[in-house]
Formats: sequence, structure tokens, C-alpha cells
Amino acid sequence: MNPVSSPNEWYLSQFDAFEKTLNGESKSPLHLLRREAIDKFHTIGFPTSRNEEWRYTSVAPIAKAEFKPVLQFSPSGVTRTDVEKFSFDTRHRLVFINGHFASNFSSVGSLPEGVVVGSLASAVQSSNPNALSSLARQLKIDETPFVSLNTAFLQDGAFIFVPEGIALDDSIQLLFIASEKKPFLVSPRNLVIIGNRGRVSIVESYVSLTDQYYLTNAVTEIVAGDESIIEHDKLQNESRKAFHVAMIQSRLGAKAQFTSNSIAVGGAIVRNNVTVVLDAEHSECTLNGLSLGTGTQLIDNHTTIDHAKPNCASHELYKAILDGKSRGVFNGKIFVRPDAQKTDAKQTNKTLLLSDEATVDTKPQLEIFADDVKCTHGATVGQLDAEQVFYLRSRGIGEMAAKDILTFAFASDVVSRVHVEPLKRQLESLIHERLDQGRLVQLI
Amino acid sequence: MLEIRNLHASINGTEILKGINLKVNAGEVHAIMGPNGSGKSTLAQVLAGRDAYEVTQGEVLYEGKNLFDLDPEERAREGLFLAFQYPVEIPGVNNTYFLKAALNAIRKHQGQEELDAIDFLKIVKEKMKLMEIDESLLNRSVNEGFSGGEKKRNEIFHMAVLQPKFAILDETDSGLDIDALRVVADGVNKLRRKDNAVLVVTHYQRLLNYIVPDFVHVLIEGRIVKSGGKDLALQLEEKGYDWVKDEVDNQPVQA
Repeated sequence: MNPVSSPNEWYLSQFDAFEKTLNGESKSPLHLLRREAIDKFHTIGFPTSRNEEWRYTSVAPIAKAEFKPVLQFSPSGVTRTDVEKFSFDTRHRLVFINGHFASNFSSVGSLPEGVVVGSLASAVQSSNPNALSSLARQLKIDETPFVSLNTAFLQDGAFIFVPEGIALDDSIQLLFIASEKKPFLVSPRNLVIIGNRGRVSIVESYVSLTDQYYLTNAVTEIVAGDESIIEHDKLQNESRKAFHVAMIQSRLGAKAQFTSNSIAVGGAIVRNNVTVVLDAEHSECTLNGLSLGTGTQLIDNHTTIDHAKPNCASHELYKAILDGKSRGVFNGKIFVRPDAQKTDAKQTNKTLLLSDEATVDTKPQLEIFADDVKCTHGATVGQLDAEQVFYLRSRGIGEMAAKDILTFAFASDVVSRVHVEPLKRQLESLIHERLDQGRLVQLI
Repeated sequence: MLEIRNLHASINGTEILKGINLKVNAGEVHAIMGPNGSGKSTLAQVLAGRDAYEVTQGEVLYEGKNLFDLDPEERAREGLFLAFQYPVEIPGVNNTYFLKAALNAIRKHQGQEELDAIDFLKIVKEKMKLMEIDESLLNRSVNEGFSGGEKKRNEIFHMAVLQPKFAILDETDSGLDIDALRVVADGVNKLRRKDNAVLVVTHYQRLLNYIVPDFVHVLIEGRIVKSGGKDLALQLEEKGYDWVKDEVDNQPVQA
């Protein structure tokens, strides 16, 4: 067997090539972290469907592709107009092209004293103590193969640091543009550290300017201080040839409030992991998700909420609208640790199937080890309600328009939970675009 | 305006309407009365175009057109309106937004200019007053969380805004207290014109005290078995439906 034909070997050889470019840096703490990660990835390899976590999602198409890590900043023809197309109105924007910080397209604006909004690479370079000590350390981030792969090729991403008591009025947009012309791998790594009583909204947008196959393998770590208030929104709107695997992991301090809104509309295979550890009393998290699938897309959302301490609350609403032969997966884990009395957890998953060939697998997974808790979950899968369609039509609204109205209403239930207004408007027009004649348009 | 000829309709293979004949002219109010399960609501739904029912025989002419050639939305755009017995809740769809879309679809079809938000709101405010509707209902999702009375009132409010030529009120009186009944009936009466017609489907005579019909028809087991003037409704109220049934049973069966 050709050693390079195994996917693990492929990335090992890519890692060696990467390492050779590093010269003196190869002994740095960051690179030791990468070494550890590539070893781990090499041992565990890509998951198969025998792995319970990947039961419904085969990553074979990802594993067998030989994606080349983009090791250098390569803006390859990306223009200001391109960037503006995907930007929304905010003073703080970081743009990453193929995983590397594009300072000329970014605008940080003026920030309160002590706040850092910039590239992770430069934070590490300038030995920012917060960046170095927190990266991959604070969270004991889940050891999944894709996280290891991300860490192995970790070069850049956003670094956001908000000191105690500081609130940012405007949201921060992190725009990730993929534009390479050969099959490629980008490994964005974002680190967000919010001090006690800090307040921030962060939007991650993932888009494509290429019709090439590629893998976005992203990791975002969020450390939320006591009483901090954080909204993290994510819009995954990449091309239908993109593979997208992402981990967002967050740990909350006492009375912290964390909201994650995850919207997935693009990609061939998309796997979003959102993990929240409620690690101190009276912290609260809200996880919302919306998937729009069409064609042969597969959109998989895995969430994990770990109620580690008493008196915490979690609210979860994940919705999917699936058309064509698309597939959806929802897996919602909720752990309630023995200590975590008075936990209040609610999980809802709703799927709207617009075609006979679209399918969904939905799996709530509650593991409760405390006795004085309130945990509810519910899942529905269905089509548009015939009575509702008829009611609208009987008032003069055409059948297709009636279906559009009802589909939009189903989606707007999640969109309305996004508090970043320009993003909300962007999402609304995106959904309108995708609704055509009562159907989600086939994009390719 | 509307002529029903030998209409037969079934649901899941069970025949509900077994040969209905009825003619309604412009300017008239007809009431269809009958015991539960006689097919009143089926008739209303079939006329509006609910596809759960299968029309197996007969035809309906509406302003000279074959009604069954038209989709539900086309019927509505041609001026047909059904006030639902059970108005449907539609979470996430704003009542006003919905009504504006409906009115403009109808206006466009009838060759009228579509209304902008300001002109539309003028109409809405006026009709709201007419139906004594609370403004807050406008900004809520269609029928979601409305009380039974609010839903019925909302139906007639829709009717007031859409100004149909032929309105079918399906058990609009059920679930209404006497004050709400009066408001709804007043609303309907104010919408009566020489060039439109109303078909009131009801179990009780009560509503007909307020919306006075020109003709009353008794529907039993899928057929109109007796027709008369408004006094027939009073007779039914007093004596129930059994005497009509007896009368029918004692008639020789037609070949």
C-alpha cells in the first residue's frame, strides 16, 4: 500500500512539510501543541460510522480527499468588493482568507482600553499572556479527530480579549473567505476570552469564492467570565463543494449568559459541534440552530450541554428545513452532573421536510445524575400543515406563496432570536433567496 | 351568482353530500341549517376548495364559471370567501402582513392597483373599528393564542377587509357570546350589498335573528330536504329537526 494513500498518512506528510517551513519556531510552545495534536490525530484517524458520534454522518468523502493545508497567506485575487459583499455594518471586522488574517481587508476600529480584537497569530507572536496560557488549555477541549487536526495545523484565527467590566456596543464580525484553486484545508482557530461582567457579540461568517473542493475545519474556544454576556452567531454559507466541520466550545463562569445561534445553509457535508460547560452556579446558555438543506447536502448539528454545577439553565431550539435529497442530523446531549441540582434544561428540535426524499435523524441524549432537576426535550418531524396552507389559499394567496410564507415563518422562529440586527436582516434576505416557488432553490 | 347542481362529495370514500341543489342570487342571504353531521361544513369547505373532499358528481357555477376549475386561491380572488368554523392558527405569520398579501393578491387579480402599507393600514383601521377588534390582534400571529371569540371576529374582520362577492359563514355563531354575536352580525350586515350574497351555515337559529335570511334551507344527510323563508328557521328552533326528518321519511322515494 502506498503510504500516502491513507488519509492519516497524507496529513502526517503535510505536517512534516509544514514543520520544515518553521525553522526556529519548531521548538515553540505552540508548535509542541501542534506536534501533540498530529500524533493524536495519527493515532485516532478520521472517524467511521462505527463511532457513535458519527453514526449518521459519513466523513469518507472528506477522509479520502487529499486537502492541502494553506500554510501561507494567499489572498489569490480576493477583492474589496468581494469582502464587502459578505460584510455587514459593524465597526469591528476581521477578515481571514484561506485561514490567514487579511489585515488590509480588516478594520478593527477604536476599542476600549485593554480590549484586543485581532489575529491569534500576532497575539501569539507578541507573547500575549492571555493567548498563550488559554489556547487549547483552558477548556480541555474535546478530543475529537477534527479538533486534533485543527490544532495540528493551527496557524491563525481571531483572538478576542475583553477585560473585566467592559462592554462592546458593536458586534465583531469574523469573516472567513475560502478562495484557493486546488483542493485545500483551512484550519481557523479562534480564541475568545471575556472577563467578568464583560459583554460582547461575535459573528462568524463562512463563505466561498471558489468552486474547488475544500475542508474548513474550524475551532472556536470561548471562556466566559462571571456575569459576562456573550452572543455568538455563526453563519455557514459556503459553496456546495465545501466540507465544513466546526467545534465551538464554551465554558461559563458564575451567572454568565451565553447564546449561540448557528445557521447552516451551505456546504456539501456540514458538521457543527457546539459544546457548553455550565461550570459555575446560575450560569445560563441558549443554543439555537437553523439548517436549510437542499440538493444532496448533509447538515449535522451536535450539541453538548454539560450542567456541571447547580442552579444553571439551558435552552435549546434547533430547527431544520430540508428539501431535495438533503439530510439533517441533530444530536443533543445534556449531561447533568451529580452536583448539578436545580438544573433547568429544555431542548426542542423541529424539522420541516419539504420533499419526500429529504430525511432527518434526531436524537436527544439526556444523561442525568442529579435528582432535583427539570429536564425536558421534544422532537418533531413533519411537513407543512395542509390546513394552514389551505387557510392561506382560501384568502387568495397562491399555493407556492402560501408554502413560502409558512416555511419562512418556521425559519424566522430561530432568526428572530439573533440580536445582531444587520445579521438578522442578512439572514432574512438569505432565506427569501432560498425560497423559490415554495421550495428551497437548488443552488447548483 | 352561485348555482349548485346535484353536488355529491365524499371524504375517504364516505359520501357526505348526496345531491345538493341550490341557487343563490346577488343581494340574497341564504341560511343552511341542519343537525350535526348533516354535511353543512362539508358543503362550505367544498365550495372553498378544500382538497380533502372529493367531488364525485355534479357542478357548481359561480358567476357563470365552473367553480371546480378554480384553485382555492382563484376562487378567493374571484370574490369567494369562507369564514372558517375553526380558524387555523399560523404561528410566525403576522395577521396584518398576511391580510395585506391576501388583499393585494385579490386586487391584482381584479385589475386594481396593489395597496401600499399606508393605504392598507387606513382600510384596516376602519374595519377594525367596525368589528371592535383590538389593535393588538393585528400584530400577533394569525389566530395564534386568540380566544374562540377573537378568532371568529378575526374571520369577519378578514371578510370586511377583503370585501368578497360571495361569503360563506361556517358556524360563525358557535363559541360566541351574545355581545360578540351582535358585533359579528352587525359587521356582516354592514357588508351586505345588492351585488353580493351571503351563505350562512348554522346549527342554531340564534344568528339569524341578527342576519336575517331571505331563504332558509334544511340540510339532512347530505341533501337539502326543505326550503322556506325566514320563518322556517323559527320553526326549526321551536320544534328541532326531527319533524323535518319525519316529513322526509314519509315522502315516497324518488326514483
